[in-house]
Amino acid sequence: MSKVRVLVGTRKGAFILTSDGKRENWEIAGPHFAGWEMYHLKGSPVDPNRIYASQSSGWSGQVIQRSSDGGKTWETPGGGVQTGPGGFPMGESNKFVYDSSPDTGKALTTHQWYDGTQHPWEFKRVWHLEPSLTDPDTVYAGVEDAALFRSTNGGQTWEELSGLRGHGTGPKWQPGAGGMCLHTIILDPANSGRIYIAISAAGAFRTDDGGKTWKPINRGLRSQFIPDPNAEVGHCVHHVAMNPKRPNVLFMQKHWDVMRSDDAGESWHEVSGNLPTDFGFVVDIHAHEPETVYVVPIKSDSEHYVHEGKLRVYRSRTGGNEWEPLTKGLPQSNCYVNVLRDAMAIDSLDKCGVYFGTTGGQVYASADAGDSWNPIVRDLPAVLSVEVQTLP
Amino acid sequence: MIRVQLPQHLRTLAKVQGEVQLEVSPPVTQRSVLDALEARYPMLKGTIRDHVTQQRRAFMRFFACQEDLSLESPDSPLPESVVNGKEPFLVIGAIAGG
Repeated sequence: MSKVRVLVGTRKGAFILTSDGKRENWEIAGPHFAGWEMYHLKGSPVDPNRIYASQSSGWSGQVIQRSSDGGKTWETPGGGVQTGPGGFPMGESNKFVYDSSPDTGKALTTHQWYDGTQHPWEFKRVWHLEPSLTDPDTVYAGVEDAALFRSTNGGQTWEELSGLRGHGTGPKWQPGAGGMCLHTIILDPANSGRIYIAISAAGAFRTDDGGKTWKPINRGLRSQFIPDPNAEVGHCVHHVAMNPKRPNVLFMQKHWDVMRSDDAGESWHEVSGNLPTDFGFVVDIHAHEPETVYVVPIKSDSEHYVHEGKLRVYRSRTGGNEWEPLTKGLPQSNCYVNVLRDAMAIDSLDKCGVYFGTTGGQVYASADAGDSWNPIVRDLPAVLSVEVQTLP
Repeated sequence: MIRVQLPQHLRTLAKVQGEVQLEVSPPVTQRSVLDALEARYPMLKGTIRDHVTQQRRAFMRFFACQEDLSLESPDSPLPESVVNGKEPFLVIGAIAGG
């Protein structure tokens, strides 16, 4: 029977939740990396036991961790594999240095600061790790200040794909309230050279040549909080989702507005429809029904909690515009949590499971594509990210 | 032998318990002690001082002999009591964050 493994990153450690295919009874392991902020954990689609984790703290900065046994044990890549004189572990997994080569670096050194002045890029943390679809040792990292890095040796060393910052609009990017983060990385399974990324607050970008050159893909986005609401860049994109079976169709939760693209991001149109509020962070897509989409509406950008004190996932079976609230098993009074941008995931069982975590420390699971929900665990630290692996 | 005490999170990261003892060739300074520490425990690179600038991270402090040495030059000699192992060199996570 199939199993699922849910990887949960929180403000104070990581947790791994496992269940069989029924998804009724759960084992909870953790905290791993107790006390550290775990922005994201994600497993390799090629080797599910290979999991990468972003570990950070305000004191000690960024560390990358890697597991080769499904999260039972962890190592800083290199440590425990190669040893130096005296048998001590070799390797440093946390060195993210922006490209400052003469060809590219000089033009890449500033972005817009909160007061409108230009500000140098400063590495702060890794928000998102995206393992390669074909090689367990290749993994991409989306970082703050916004840039994309790649490792081809299992996370041991990292190199910036600097064409993203170098394509020309970098000086117009600016930090959102959570910092200037590259939070979304989507690898196109049908086109090995195509990668989508999204930055808050710059927008969405696409490369078709494996990361050498990039272009903004924000036509159709409209953001009232920037001087030109239809600008090429500057939009606060919160998350983007793709169903691998239909890679040209993308759904986006923007700061405000739920958006859809049917042409690989070349153009977008709004599909917020009857949502009670179209502010939010997460968006995800059903594993087997590419027109079935999930969001969690949040009241507003100044009140980062769910609308009307009710925790409701909204599902559209029509690719947007027509949304239904999913409430069975979710608190419908006095609930004031948020669901952050990487904190929803969907497994590939039939019926597919949907998972999300809240800033109140709950992780909810639905084993019937959202019709009903149960808490797997209620009292974790604030949840930053949720990923799920469907295992044989 | 130089004795170094790390904060709990960094002991966990380096997979060590208690004090770390390091052979450090003279002159014994913040820089030479941290160089030796990172050589033995590469996973600590970047967690105490910046990878590139080698500047102390903002919320890390260095204490020894009841003194805060954080603002001293990284190339200043450490106190004799640290050099001869009577006193440890303390890497401290500053009290911050409320």
